[in-house]
Amino acid sequence: MYNAKAVIVGIIIFAGIFSAPFWVNFNGTRDYKRPELVLPKTPNEKACIESAEFMRANHMTLLNEWRDQALRNENRVYVASDGRKWTISLQNTCMKCHDNYAEFCDKCHVTNNVDPYCWTCHILPKGNK
Amino acid sequence: MFASLLVVAIIGAIAWAGSAVGLGVLFGVVLPYVAVAAFFVGVIWRMVYWAKSPVPFAIPTTGGQERSLDFIKQAKWDCPTTTFGVVRRMFLEVVFFRSLFRNTCADVREFDEVNNGPRTIYFSSKWLWVFSLLFHYCFLLVFIRHFRFFMDPVCPVITWIETIDGIMQVGAPRFFWTGGLLLCALLFLLARRAFNQRLRYISLPNDYFPLFLLIGIVGTGICLRYFDKTDIAQVKVFIMGLVHFAPVSADGINALFFVHLTLVSVLLLYFPFSKLMHMAGIFFSPTRNLPCNTREVRHVNPWNPPKQFYTYAEYEDAFRDAMADAGLPLEKQPEKAAE
Repeated sequence: MYNAKAVIVGIIIFAGIFSAPFWVNFNGTRDYKRPELVLPKTPNEKACIESAEFMRANHMTLLNEWRDQALRNENRVYVASDGRKWTISLQNTCMKCHDNYAEFCDKCHVTNNVDPYCWTCHILPKGNK
Repeated sequence: MFASLLVVAIIGAIAWAGSAVGLGVLFGVVLPYVAVAAFFVGVIWRMVYWAKSPVPFAIPTTGGQERSLDFIKQAKWDCPTTTFGVVRRMFLEVVFFRSLFRNTCADVREFDEVNNGPRTIYFSSKWLWVFSLLFHYCFLLVFIRHFRFFMDPVCPVITWIETIDGIMQVGAPRFFWTGGLLLCALLFLLARRAFNQRLRYISLPNDYFPLFLLIGIVGTGICLRYFDKTDIAQVKVFIMGLVHFAPVSADGINALFFVHLTLVSVLLLYFPFSKLMHMAGIFFSPTRNLPCNTREVRHVNPWNPPKQFYTYAEYEDAFRDAMADAGLPLEKQPEKAAE
């Protein structure tokens, strides 16, 4: 092998960089679990506006759409897929039940590195209020 | 071109159908592990293979005046004679793609005032340089952004990159510029091959296939983020299982995620055996990594056998007496040689 020293250094750098997904979490949790959420304790409604599966994947799109409907189109009524009608409002509809920001929203957001910009306009709920 | 597109589409369709009928373990666990192993073994094998290949000639590319007489100015950046100069040139090549910056284009102008008729003109063409830089850097940032799925807690650097990337705060989830620009750059690189007739003539399936594969990966990734979403909390649990060698069930994850993962696995499998190896190959290019000092240093072909020399001194030693008898001129006279 020609220039063996340089080539071996190159191979080590390559292997180090591209194996990063496997060692980068060396100091973190070895046994990663889905974050456990504190669901609303005294729900004012029987069920959320849409199914849990839909909300898990699409709640951010829904909230974005609600913002556009409420603030740009002045439409405050949302008709859910099962026909129920809801008032389009983050603070008066969503947060009436989901009032525990730290134990509900933040749990998934922090571990998945999501930084929503809801709170540049809305007041960030503190703790369990 | 269409064959490559078809192959990528078939791979995607197989992954989609497979995960839909419950083969998520095959496409989500077995294939990624095989692909990662093949990627590492393949790339290191190619690097060792190249390192074992001798370089018969000194063939550095010269982009300027070589070092010569003192009053002739040397192009130090493009024609380096020192190791430092070579490292500098290599660094600029890898980081800024300097040789693509020099790209020129030849074209025939139908009517030109100088010739009063058709004329061939050459002009600087920076499009390839711009879009390949865009592609490579966006790809790097997208790769780094994906580390939010590989670590817990997530490193603040990744949060910072995501903040910058989504700084326009368009939509929710926030639109990431790198993803969109990556797709644009890939589409340009494809259009370049498809619409430039000269390029199209020299383009082969192994040019189109990686392009379509990357477009497929980026396309499914963008779809998963903005359109056909899946529950990323579950995706993270699945990915963390993979990187900790403790795979978990793939239930509840959108089939499109497995198409994305399968296409990435195919990319990793294909990588060591394709032109994508330019990632390592750039460092092994004799045209890039040799100093331009061919007039100063003799480059000996490593596979030349050792030469049998027979010098004149040895010749004279063998035939001195006979040469002296014949009256031929000698370097050393017989009586002196005897002393």
